Amino acid sequence: MRPAKGAAAGQWRRWLAVPPLAFLGLFYFYPLMRILGVSLTGPDGALWAPLQRLMVQDYYLRVLGFTCGQAILSTLITLAASLPAAFVFARFSFPAKKLILALTSIPFVLPTVVVAAAYDALLGPQGVVNEGLMALFDLATAPVQLKHRLTLILLAHLFYNFTIGLRIIGGYWSQLPETMTASATTLGAAPLQVFRTITLPILKPAIWSAALLIFIFCFSSFGVILILGGPRMATLEVEIYRQTLHLFNLPMAAVLSLVQIAFTFTAMGVYTRLQRRAAVAITPSLTKRAAPQPDGVGQWMLVAGTLFAMLVYLGAPLLALLLRSVMTTRGLALTYYRQLFQNPEQSFFFVPPISAIGNSLFFATSTLVLAVVLGVTAAAYLAGPRSRLNAFLDPLFMLPLSTSAVTLGFGFLIALDRPPLNLRTSLWLIPLAHTLVAFPFVVRSVLPALRSIPASLREAAALLGASPSQVWRTVDVPIMGRALAVGAVFAFTISLGEFGATAFTAQPQRTTIPLAIYRFLGQPGALNYGQAMAMSSLLMLVTACGFLALERLGDTAGREF
Amino acid sequence: MMPTPSYKTFLLPLCFLLLLTVQRLPAAPVELVVMSHDSFNVNKRLVAEFETAHNAKIRFLKAGDTGAALNKAILSKNNPLADVFYGVDNTFLSRALAADIFLPYPSPKLDHIPAALRLDPQHRLLPVDFGDVCLNYHKAWFKERDLAPPSRLEDLIKPAYKGLTVVQNPATSSPGLAFLLTTVAHFGDPNYLEFWKQLRANDVLVTDGWESAYWGHFSAASKGDRPIVVSYASSPSAEVHFAETPLTEAPTAALIAPGSVFRQIEFVGILKGTQRRRLAEKWIDTMLDRPFQEEIPLTMFVYPSNATARLPEVFVKHSQLADAPVELSPDAIAKGREAWIEAWTSAVLR
Repeated sequence: MRPAKGAAAGQWRRWLAVPPLAFLGLFYFYPLMRILGVSLTGPDGALWAPLQRLMVQDYYLRVLGFTCGQAILSTLITLAASLPAAFVFARFSFPAKKLILALTSIPFVLPTVVVAAAYDALLGPQGVVNEGLMALFDLATAPVQLKHRLTLILLAHLFYNFTIGLRIIGGYWSQLPETMTASATTLGAAPLQVFRTITLPILKPAIWSAALLIFIFCFSSFGVILILGGPRMATLEVEIYRQTLHLFNLPMAAVLSLVQIAFTFTAMGVYTRLQRRAAVAITPSLTKRAAPQPDGVGQWMLVAGTLFAMLVYLGAPLLALLLRSVMTTRGLALTYYRQLFQNPEQSFFFVPPISAIGNSLFFATSTLVLAVVLGVTAAAYLAGPRSRLNAFLDPLFMLPLSTSAVTLGFGFLIALDRPPLNLRTSLWLIPLAHTLVAFPFVVRSVLPALRSIPASLREAAALLGASPSQVWRTVDVPIMGRALAVGAVFAFTISLGEFGATAFTAQPQRTTIPLAIYRFLGQPGALNYGQAMAMSSLLMLVTACGFLALERLGDTAGREF
Repeated sequence: MMPTPSYKTFLLPLCFLLLLTVQRLPAAPVELVVMSHDSFNVNKRLVAEFETAHNAKIRFLKAGDTGAALNKAILSKNNPLADVFYGVDNTFLSRALAADIFLPYPSPKLDHIPAALRLDPQHRLLPVDFGDVCLNYHKAWFKERDLAPPSRLEDLIKPAYKGLTVVQNPATSSPGLAFLLTTVAHFGDPNYLEFWKQLRANDVLVTDGWESAYWGHFSAASKGDRPIVVSYASSPSAEVHFAETPLTEAPTAALIAPGSVFRQIEFVGILKGTQRRRLAEKWIDTMLDRPFQEEIPLTMFVYPSNATARLPEVFVKHSQLADAPVELSPDAIAKGREAWIEAWTSAVLR
């Protein structure tokens, strides 16, 4: 029988759905309805013509097939690569662990053009690797030829999304009590058997979470497909962009957006259901304890091997970028960095690097606060007792992540254009747009932790006389602390690296770092390219510092509880 | 007790003084909103001068690339975002005029602008600048190999030029579209498709946009291995102007032979629904006037539309304009655009 207090807590929980729903209603569904309405009922708009084209031309079916196929492949590859790394980071402590963890998230913020340039400098026909190998073995042609487009896409998705797997799975893993696996080992189970029968089932919620996020990210992948995939490959997102901005075919874009939304909603419905079923109540270790140092040659080899692989795969391109930003015709010099502070043409739109960094940090911090507040309320609601509404809202909260940025941007334009919500040219539009993408990340990071809390723990606290808010403060918050830090890092990162929405919302005086990078890349000349590389290096630096600060903040918060 | 009359003696002159100051105080500046695409740039001194001269405050909005910005202006026509819109080019001109979002303004400054650039007889859209989209090649690359650089479009499909060219996708890039239009005008419809099929057979590389073509594959600008790229006639000047160490000669050159250049013209217009029509007209006059026009080359790396504007030295030395760019009217472009892109996509990509 449920104690009365528990029922009261259930009542109280229901209200938690209100803030995230209100936010999504106002800044997602309302703009979306307006733009779809205008597109499909306008003078040249009709639902039928594009739908017919959709049915008749197998091209669009192939686009949908490709979109799904590459997303599934990318998800599997990323999970497979990040699982061992998550294990290493969850179970061992080693020198510079925090720094390395912060560095793994940097790829997440880098513009695709820059990453493509970095890989080219490394593995391109005249890249470091090829020239080295050609000199070493006296070869006539470059031995490394990365021409296969799909491989490039998969590699780039792994590069970008590795950190999602590592952080979400690793964060959850580090909270698992070791007692269970230890007793299994004592009882004579082989390590692999322990992993398969105990660790994996317990980890499932976090793995599903990471998989879902990676899948959606790759499903709506844009820059990677356009730049690395080349023009022969198109995801739905790319096709929507083409139809909207270059062919002015709003009805077609609207129909494709609807297909994208319907498809992801269904996929997410299935996923979230699976995740729910996978939830295993455990008693997480509440006391913060440091993971042990690796013990023996085998464990050291494992840690060193993982870190080495990560260094090569994630670190080398970043290093190539840094190097490129200081390489001039006269050797290593800070020419490009110095040039960032110059405004030789007295341009009205010149933004000194310090201001660009300030703007980026301002937007990122606002996004972090908004996304954490909304994300935690949403997760707290979803973690409550099962209901039909609950099962419906779970995938609903994920929708903004998979909706075309172009569509939503135009929606903002025509929906939020009158007081009291005349936000079209407001500064706040940027953090609001970033929060739409960042908030699902917080939900997915926090939810597995909240679901893992056994009901008995809350009930015991309630029986002992704790009020719902006391239960929340003393039971839920400490347990989800780690997961919350992960979610916050993602919210921060998403905003720092975001380009599309920021460019779209028309604030030339509030230029962010990614915007500045693109501005430099817009014109020919070595100085422009060098400054773009210097700005990218600054973006990496700001990101790394931001993470270290967040981690520290998370640690102090953790200790207080 | 304080003598009260002293207040009164002060009060009158004080009131008088106050009245004077109020009269002298300028009225609050009037705000003018100018919307543009991302590549717009302007000298801050010129903005400040305009603001003082007209007691105005200019607010700039940048709204994405050319297509995105125009789309935004059209979608928000019932409640315009700005008073002035800059950045419609001749490939989008018909679409912009059909949407009926601009007010006519026959600026007196139009006198100095060549008739060939004034494409809207009703002056709803006025030409500000233009750029010649054409092939650029890496000079040293051809010299080292003793190969003649391309001198006309037909060269690109010769066996000697196999695998040397990188172009942009016309469905996602405006120089890409301009180059496709060049071939349509030069070879005619449907013969241009034959050219593209042969170009495909000659291993042409297609990228999504100018950035990835130029920085990712062009041998003069990156570690790429393609010495021919679609860019602008002014790009060699930019290479010199933005060189890391001073250059006497541009590392690249533009191919501006007749039939191989598309002239992309950019226009400005006053958005319907503005409450500041007079001020908007003044701003357009400023944009077409010499001081602003002479800043255009080095701030935006395109050519000024005003024939009296002097060009900076780096432009005179390192760039040349085409004598005979291809001719394709905005109406023809509006009619053919989607079909050409579709046909191109089938011929080159699928």
